[in-house]
Amino acid sequence: MAAEKVIKGTIEKISGPLVVAKGMFGAGMYDVVRIGEIGLVGEIIELKGDTASIQAYEETSGLMPGERVVSTGEPLSVELGPGLIEQFYDGVQRPLNLIEDAAKSHYISRGIDVPAIDRKKKWEFTPKVKAGDAVEQGDILGVVQESVLVEHRIMVPVGLGGKVVKIEKGSFTVEEVVAVLEQNGEKKNVTMLQRWPVRKARPVAKRLPPVIPMTTGQRVIDTFFPIAMGGTACVPGPFGSGKTVVQHQLAKWAEAEIVVYVGCGERGNEMTDVLLEFPELEDPRSGHPLMKRTVLIANTSNMPVAAREASIYTGITMAEYYRDMGYSVALMADSTSRWAEALREMSGRLEEMPGEEGYPAYLGTRLASFYERAGRAIVLGGDKREASVSAIGAVSPPGGDLSEPVSQNTLRVAKVFWGLDATLAYQRHFPAINWLLSYSLYTEKLDEFWDVKFDDEWSPTRIEAMTLLEDEDKLREIVRLVGVDALSKEERMVLETAKSLREDFLHQNAFHEIDTYASMEKQFKMLKTILAFHHISMDALKKGASMNEVFNLPVREAIARMRYLEEKDIGKIDDIEGQIKNEVAGVTPVGGESDAA
Amino acid sequence: MLPKEYKTISELSGPLLLVNKTKNVRYDELVEIELASGERRRGRVLEITSDKALVQVFEGTDGIDIKSTKMLFLGKVLTLPVSKDMLGRVFNGRGEPIDDGAPILAEKKLDINGMPMNPFSRDYPSEFIQTGISTIDGMNPMVRGQKLPIFSGSGLPHNRMAAQIARQATVISGHEDFAVVFAAMGITFEEASFFMEDFRKTGAIQRTVMFVNLADDPAIERITTPRLALTAAEYLAFEQDMHVVVILTDLTNYCEALREISAARKEVPGRRGYPGYLYTDLATMYERAGRLKGKKGSITQIPILTMPEDDKTHPIPDLTGYITEGQIILSRTLHRKGIYPPVDVMPSLSRLKDKGIGAGKTREDHADLMNQLFAGYARGKEAKELAVILGEGALTEEDKAFAKFADMFEDQYVRQGEYRNRTYEETLELGWDLLTVIPVKELKRVRDAYIAKYLQPRLKSEEKAQAVSGKV
Repeated sequence: MAAEKVIKGTIEKISGPLVVAKGMFGAGMYDVVRIGEIGLVGEIIELKGDTASIQAYEETSGLMPGERVVSTGEPLSVELGPGLIEQFYDGVQRPLNLIEDAAKSHYISRGIDVPAIDRKKKWEFTPKVKAGDAVEQGDILGVVQESVLVEHRIMVPVGLGGKVVKIEKGSFTVEEVVAVLEQNGEKKNVTMLQRWPVRKARPVAKRLPPVIPMTTGQRVIDTFFPIAMGGTACVPGPFGSGKTVVQHQLAKWAEAEIVVYVGCGERGNEMTDVLLEFPELEDPRSGHPLMKRTVLIANTSNMPVAAREASIYTGITMAEYYRDMGYSVALMADSTSRWAEALREMSGRLEEMPGEEGYPAYLGTRLASFYERAGRAIVLGGDKREASVSAIGAVSPPGGDLSEPVSQNTLRVAKVFWGLDATLAYQRHFPAINWLLSYSLYTEKLDEFWDVKFDDEWSPTRIEAMTLLEDEDKLREIVRLVGVDALSKEERMVLETAKSLREDFLHQNAFHEIDTYASMEKQFKMLKTILAFHHISMDALKKGASMNEVFNLPVREAIARMRYLEEKDIGKIDDIEGQIKNEVAGVTPVGGESDAA
Repeated sequence: MLPKEYKTISELSGPLLLVNKTKNVRYDELVEIELASGERRRGRVLEITSDKALVQVFEGTDGIDIKSTKMLFLGKVLTLPVSKDMLGRVFNGRGEPIDDGAPILAEKKLDINGMPMNPFSRDYPSEFIQTGISTIDGMNPMVRGQKLPIFSGSGLPHNRMAAQIARQATVISGHEDFAVVFAAMGITFEEASFFMEDFRKTGAIQRTVMFVNLADDPAIERITTPRLALTAAEYLAFEQDMHVVVILTDLTNYCEALREISAARKEVPGRRGYPGYLYTDLATMYERAGRLKGKKGSITQIPILTMPEDDKTHPIPDLTGYITEGQIILSRTLHRKGIYPPVDVMPSLSRLKDKGIGAGKTREDHADLMNQLFAGYARGKEAKELAVILGEGALTEEDKAFAKFADMFEDQYVRQGEYRNRTYEETLELGWDLLTVIPVKELKRVRDAYIAKYLQPRLKSEEKAQAVSGKV
């Protein structure tokens, strides 16, 4: 910080989280300031002459006009370095556990200043380059084991490069110098701690299209509406439709190496749930607790509204940082509507001209630039590592009405849409993702991937299942009008299979120890078996078998219970097809082409 | 520093007044206003600039004149004097006793706005509360530290139900210190006296603190009433180790008061004229429910709101639903059928149920049974709808069984007397009794082991009955 020009102003006006200060000439837009004698943290969001409008990240109660405002001369930044994983931060990266210690209270008091990353902890640093090596920005200087699952790669900071003068193996705190570089004849010290302004995307070498699936273990998502590594998805739905459970499920089971979970203006108890549950839950791929790869950010609905606005930027900056190391990162933001509301509240207090429903006119741009920070890319560094940030945002449309601005602006940029349906939720069909409404723009690309893996059988199976579900919708319309008797046997069979798809495949119990996660292999086998029953029975019906008998075969019980088979037993699903053939043959009239119905 | 007195009011509008030439006034500060008549009112600083302060008057601005009214800035925020002696007492929306009892000797004075709980310091609510109402205990179980609102409509018996919960709520682990904090915002005298009468009759008044703002009390006081109640609740729960149930009624009146202030400030309105910060404002109240690590007490909230036109998408129920951990929705259709409590179980939901039920909490089969009852009731209702259009004849045998189940479910499971306190075991047993109507192979949501353990013994005795009724 340049000591020669510390900008000091005085408070002119206070209205909720908005503070207006005079005498701020020379301060930069989005610079962080300290407000008042207690030193509340705030950020400049508007400058007019020497007057600055500041959004305060803490409750402003008790402030007085005339108190001083001091600019730090730096935009809102996060600290990046080992120690992020397993941490639990608020929206402006203050560790909530340390706040508790510092405040000596269960409540968040104001003006607390605690470092985001532990300054005292020593990390074992292992160099990956040696003195004399030439390095460029993004190159990995060395590694630190941050948790059992995460090897934290210490990179050459953006903008730096040159020759390594000195690098040592050993035990260091994040502020100690681990390497010295020489750039244009100048010596530069590198520590494990970096800072990065949250509103600025971290650069990459080259962006790539997302073509590799990110499996989530959720059947309706992976099979029908998949998301790719580096993709963007949104989950809009009215309250009670299970948005948060979907987000939690993704945070638990998504095939990402790092998960950043942002609880943005949501319930306190939900974050506590994540905090208590993740250390207990086991990652199906590594066998270690999920918490070992997770960073949590919580700015609950009752915490200061401006910090809520900052929280998703804090989250995505951390996600980008891990991406730069070469990891696949998944970011969940629950919920972007609350973020937009924070934006609206500040905009209203700034007396800006409102756009739709009082939201500021720049809502769409802000949302788009947030989702654009996701993606698959070759990151900086000589070894051309490939990595990704996938962003999944929950949207909470008022009354479940998707015509509102936040949903509409999100749909314009997010590539996957998991539309949650209140009717399904009432029927306790979870995840309540409506299969007729939802879409994924990655489906075709990812079909190619799975077809290679499953011998070209994948996409025809998936498409047939989807067609059956679509047919069901039309047939149900007919049934509603004229009754089930008006349908032909074949149509009845379609209804029956679609019902099985819904109940035995799409429905998935997040709270059942086995059903909560299904591998792609298991999903594919289940889908094939349900369709096998469809084909074999359809054949038998055409040969004159009775509908009642076919629909009530004992094998259907086995089909319904496939989901409860453990991953190691999924081979058993293959046996069901044989059982179907046997049983259906048992109720099919021999050589009969005659129609008994 | 001595508080300064001002006589410089320049503007009065709705509940707001603007004071000029102020100096050293703090944001959110408490203001005392002395009218020409000598009457004293209180207010709060909503906005300040270097020489002006915008003040919201809690008791309303009627009778205040620009010329002679005096203002005193008190240099502190609004606080509530608290003590354990508050139990059994009735206060108004300003926190003053109105039951002719002695004034409260404060043990301490607490800021009524509270502070946000650190999510790290929260303890996850997981202790089942038995309310004695089947539709809650069986289908939407509530846990200590949860906020579970009742979404109702005008003319529905939400008050009776809230009183029943307050009366019956216990935890199954045994007897513990238990209190009810009741905040009435803009309800009628009749409604308020119903609660008081009920609490008095059942003796519950001894462990109840009431804050009452009636329909003819100043509307602006409705903003402070729930905050006073929650401050008292926090004191009782986290400093006196009590388990507190807070009943807030009626949130709709609260939101109207908030809208009134917002309109007076000429703020940019959000949906239906409610301020854009309605969500945040409601959250600062609802989020005060919960449990804290290392503290014995808990705050469970039951806010009640009447949905305008029974519309769940109206901003008040909508935003509430996004903050609270579920909702209990009352149905006018069930009420017309004479079913009490008319809980519409389909759209009702308790988000924290999963951690509060199951082996060791209630019973191992609770979750499966609950899911099956939901699925069965949904299917039954669908079948009944179909029957309305196409006639009974169009239904399959299975659909008929489900339709019958849905009727029995409403009649026996949902319907329950106002003074009938069912234990959770009674509720679970009743659920299994009803499931006997449905063919076993349709029971896809229950584990086989539970079917064998809980359903099979019933089938033997009831198979005949089922066979008969199924064929008719």
